[in-house]
Amino acid sequence: MNSGKKITLWIGLTLVALLFVLMAVSLFYVPYGANEMNIAGRLQAPGAAHWLGTDNFGRDILSRIMEGTQTAFSVGFFSVCIGLAGGFLLGAAAGYLGRWADELLMRAVDALMAFPGILLALILVTIFKPSLGQTIIAIGILFIPSFARVIRGGFLQTKEADFVKAARGMGAGHAALIFRHIVPHILSSVIVTASLCFSAAILVEAALSYLGLGVQPPDPSWGRMLNESQAYMSKAPWYALAPGLFITLTVLGFNLLGDGIRDLRDRRA
Amino acid sequence: MNLAYAARRFVTLLLTVFFVILVTFFAFRIIPGNPALAILGTEATPEQIQELEAKLGTDLPLGEQFLHWIGGAAAFDFGDSLRYSEPVLDLIGARLPVTFSLALLALAITVLVAVPLGIAAARRRGKALDLIISAVTQIGLAIPSFWSGIVLVLVFGVMLKWFSVSHYVPWSENAWLSLRSLLLPAVALSIPQIAIVVRYLRTTMLEQLHLEYVRTARSKGLRPSTVYYKHVLKNALIPVVTVVGMNFGEILAGSLVIEQVFTLPGLGRLLITAIGNRDYPLVQGLVLLVASIVIFVNFVVDLSYAWLNPKIRLR
Repeated sequence: MNSGKKITLWIGLTLVALLFVLMAVSLFYVPYGANEMNIAGRLQAPGAAHWLGTDNFGRDILSRIMEGTQTAFSVGFFSVCIGLAGGFLLGAAAGYLGRWADELLMRAVDALMAFPGILLALILVTIFKPSLGQTIIAIGILFIPSFARVIRGGFLQTKEADFVKAARGMGAGHAALIFRHIVPHILSSVIVTASLCFSAAILVEAALSYLGLGVQPPDPSWGRMLNESQAYMSKAPWYALAPGLFITLTVLGFNLLGDGIRDLRDRRA
Repeated sequence: MNLAYAARRFVTLLLTVFFVILVTFFAFRIIPGNPALAILGTEATPEQIQELEAKLGTDLPLGEQFLHWIGGAAAFDFGDSLRYSEPVLDLIGARLPVTFSLALLALAITVLVAVPLGIAAARRRGKALDLIISAVTQIGLAIPSFWSGIVLVLVFGVMLKWFSVSHYVPWSENAWLSLRSLLLPAVALSIPQIAIVVRYLRTTMLEQLHLEYVRTARSKGLRPSTVYYKHVLKNALIPVVTVVGMNFGEILAGSLVIEQVFTLPGLGRLLITAIGNRDYPLVQGLVLLVASIVIFVNFVVDLSYAWLNPKIRLR
């Protein structure tokens, strides 16, 4: 069973690394310009010139998929940063201060958690016009409760641990206690949450962009490619396959990575 | 059931609903600039803007507007849609059955498929079948349901032509055709839910297997299948009921997106159209109502879980 659990981690790591390389390559090289149109060569089936075919404007689907990794990774990374920053403030305050601060902050987190995520994201993009930045902010806010809960739990657990008490007894200040002693201890749980939120971010972004309320043209997005592909389903069925496959692989990679790290930590504990 | 627990959960329910009312109110008050201007565009005359402001109620002081919104929400009066000039509640009422039947069908498929798979995975833990189920559920968790919807349309609608896609038939007209029109979207919607429930059921069943009552049942000489189905499954299903109930919200939210794939005339399409039209009263009413339904379902599930499982009453 142990080796089976390690496989989870390795498959996850490999998938994430491959997609990361694809993104890095796309920064310097894509086979065709992602927005380079060629009306004469529209809706071509996959072939030697266009490995994944072309879309309704004759744009190379592979190039758009490659540039889409940049969108997916930046949405994942920055929304996790927002969720982590907000969640750390709330969770650390609740866990460290305890008592009424804990009760108050956690009730707020419960309320935010009970609110269906995509609805909150939809409201936010309705108020502020949809764009890459708004999508990131909206998704980041969704993650604040998850991070807050994990970080609060970690603080509650370690606050009374002997090594923290010892450090306090030796005269460590609040900042030193939090950042030098407590934070390193809860890091692995935070990394697991970050990995799982990363994949959730990619799913939500894809859904919002599919609805036309996420990333806007000309920024390439896998979700919007799926939206555009739907009109050409009988003429170009391959168009709908590649973007969905890449969303799935990316989400799968980060899910497995998160699960794998969690298994590793649980085995050590 | 412990009354204090129920009372505490009820207070949380009220707080959460109040939070939703607050969010839906202020969300549409912080629109950069003037909401009336945002709706009408920059070419609107001052008279037009004034008229729309009066209609939206945004010409009143903020406190008064808020009281209006709370009072209206309590009476299920969310005002009139700007686009359709009909009460928001009527528009929602007309589309609620579509979304609701879709969500219920997806829930039914989830339970029907996930329970046998979860049992099979737990009974054959570590064996090939368990590993295959575990791999497949990982993939199921990663597939966006709107994409599996598109693929289902591609395979069963476009290639095999077994289903006429994007043709919704209401229950009242023809139950069989209605089921057919909802089947593919419901399947797409249930895939990630099946993955969640299978994994959850497998874990809870394996946890039960270590408990003493299982040892007692086994040493009594009961057949393994009797132990599994009569004892373990019964106890393992309690937390699963909670997971299924809690995921109702996710199913409902997912159906908002899936309706777009299959062009079903439900709440999701209404919401997306309303957002596109900047029909703020309609968006506000829809968000408040859908969020409240989800919160209320979670509340009921929580209480029934506490009722089924006495251990939680102590907390």
